[in-house]
Amino acid sequence: MSILKTGGPGRFGGYGGQFVPETLVPCLLELEAARLAAEADPSFATELAHLQADYAGRPTPLYRARRLEAAWGPRSRIYLKREDLNHTGSHKLNNCLGQILLARRMGKQRIVAETGAGQHGVATATVCALMGLGCTVYMGATDVVRQAPNVARMRLLGAEILTVTAGSATLKDATSEAIRDWVTNVKDTHYIIGSTVGPHPYPTLVRDFQSVIGREARAQILEKEDSLPDRIIACVGGGSNAMGIFTGFLDDPVALFGVEAAGSDQGHSEALGRGTPGVLHGSYSYLVQDGDGQVIPAHSVAAGLDYPGVGPEHSHLRDSGRAVYLGVDDGEALDSCGECSRLEGIIPALESSHALAYCKKQLAEEGPGAEPLIIVNLSGRGDKDMAGLEAAAADGGATS
Amino acid sequence: MTELTRLTRELRDAGETALVPFLTAGYPDLETSRRLIAETAAAGCRILEIGVPFSDPVADGPAIQLASSKALAAGMTLGKALDLAAEARREHDLRVVLMGYLNPVLAYGPEKFAKACAAAGVAGVIVPDLPLEEAAGLRAVLAAGGVSLVDLVAPTSGDDRLAAYGASATGFLYLVSTTGVTGAGLGADIQSYVERVRRHTEVPLFVGFGISSPAAAAEVGAVADGAVVGSALLRLVDEAGDPDAAVAAVGAFLRETRAALAD
Repeated sequence: MSILKTGGPGRFGGYGGQFVPETLVPCLLELEAARLAAEADPSFATELAHLQADYAGRPTPLYRARRLEAAWGPRSRIYLKREDLNHTGSHKLNNCLGQILLARRMGKQRIVAETGAGQHGVATATVCALMGLGCTVYMGATDVVRQAPNVARMRLLGAEILTVTAGSATLKDATSEAIRDWVTNVKDTHYIIGSTVGPHPYPTLVRDFQSVIGREARAQILEKEDSLPDRIIACVGGGSNAMGIFTGFLDDPVALFGVEAAGSDQGHSEALGRGTPGVLHGSYSYLVQDGDGQVIPAHSVAAGLDYPGVGPEHSHLRDSGRAVYLGVDDGEALDSCGECSRLEGIIPALESSHALAYCKKQLAEEGPGAEPLIIVNLSGRGDKDMAGLEAAAADGGATS
Repeated sequence: MTELTRLTRELRDAGETALVPFLTAGYPDLETSRRLIAETAAAGCRILEIGVPFSDPVADGPAIQLASSKALAAGMTLGKALDLAAEARREHDLRVVLMGYLNPVLAYGPEKFAKACAAAGVAGVIVPDLPLEEAAGLRAVLAAGGVSLVDLVAPTSGDDRLAAYGASATGFLYLVSTTGVTGAGLGADIQSYVERVRRHTEVPLFVGFGISSPAAAAEVGAVADGAVVGSALLRLVDEAGDPDAAVAAVGAFLRETRAALAD
């Protein structure tokens, strides 16, 4: 017998829940009420749609990458969902635009967020500037160094960046510190969590705001190919870009592949591939942990995937078999980043490069006769990774 | 009635405000941890909270975070913390409340954990990341062995939630003094907060989080039935430099605080 509930609001199969200190529960209930009220209010959707179109630049294109097709699978068709062209350079803004409107409805004056790659931090700082709200972003010391351009962007946007040196000094520790700030300032502060993780209602809330990716991609592929894709490939850290695109195709005969970071000999971030279920940051989901239930620091060359947990809905999709999760290591991701840059003139984020690398790998396994129609979610652009990419190239030409 | 319920009521009926020290198991090391536990009993405390370290303690401030990471690095586990609790119960006049995050309990196995708590004579268990809506399962398996699941309530808890907590509470109800993490300082207007909670329950009310001095404990003791002191003790241990000094500093703090509570 499990002591955990298996149903009810915020449960995906047995995963999810609200495992947070009591101090935060009333605030989560308030957020859930605000979410449901917004859902029922047509003016909320109208305002969000306006911001998505005129501020973020949506819809993002669905682009056919013919030179990648020629290199990786001559009979394949590979489409890239260009979330890198979203304002601020990644899919993260989709969630932040929705959440900042909710924060305003709840009368919150201040926003706190965590960030790994800095993409969510930049998107949060952006919407705070837009709405005139105070913004504090927690970022691990390791990530402050490896994603320096995004730190500078956040500062320019008026956000306060607080460096976290605890633990592995990456996304996990930044998230813990953001939660501590939120517990302390809960009355006037809204926590814009950046992925489909955390306590209910966040996994649902973030998925819903990201589902615009899948809705657009489905309509676009039907228009261009008059057919659904055979498969969707997306990288998975917390899993928000993947849930955003998967949601559009859950009820279709389309294979869904989530790509986790297999990292290197320094460690990995494969919660779904190599973890076991547990509770971190408020929800029950797969987790990289030891036999005593202590969380093991993750590793990935991509700061945005460098997280030992994963969103609870992915755990459910994994167990049900609806989606399949695999790992791609640092070297494979770096290689694909270089190939996409040189062949398509698109520099993908190292996170998104994991999805590209799996696309390549699968085509190689299937052989040159395979004719799959593929959509890869290109969740963000790689400008932020330039320092790391140059270092990797100098290290032994991983990008060549 | 659980053992913890009996004891906390007995103390309340005797007019004594309980001073509950919190110590992280295995901090700064196992042997000093044993000596610190003995010192709490020697200082006259009857209830002791033993903290089970977790890698990601989101409800805790810097002092308990540091103690937790050092204890983990020195090899502390939930199993070893249970051994320490059993020893404390056996060798001293102490009732032990274990405080630990949910994930190590899940990894250990909740039923096995409940049985181990009962076997170790653990009187109560506090899980800071297990609020009301998620607590029924663990509460039931612990209750089967006569162990209380001690709930935390917060200044943000509304009357409906306080009523629900009050209805299921055994042992005592733990009032988080402030919106914040452990060790950050005492919340404002403790008196009206305690009075508000008391309207919803008969169980003794213990206040914790941010009680950093004998004076702060006395302020809490004027209205509540117990005061929990954690980060302040761990800071003393951290500053002490060696085990003898740590034990002496913790003992002196507890004696002074008990005296302040008795005034």
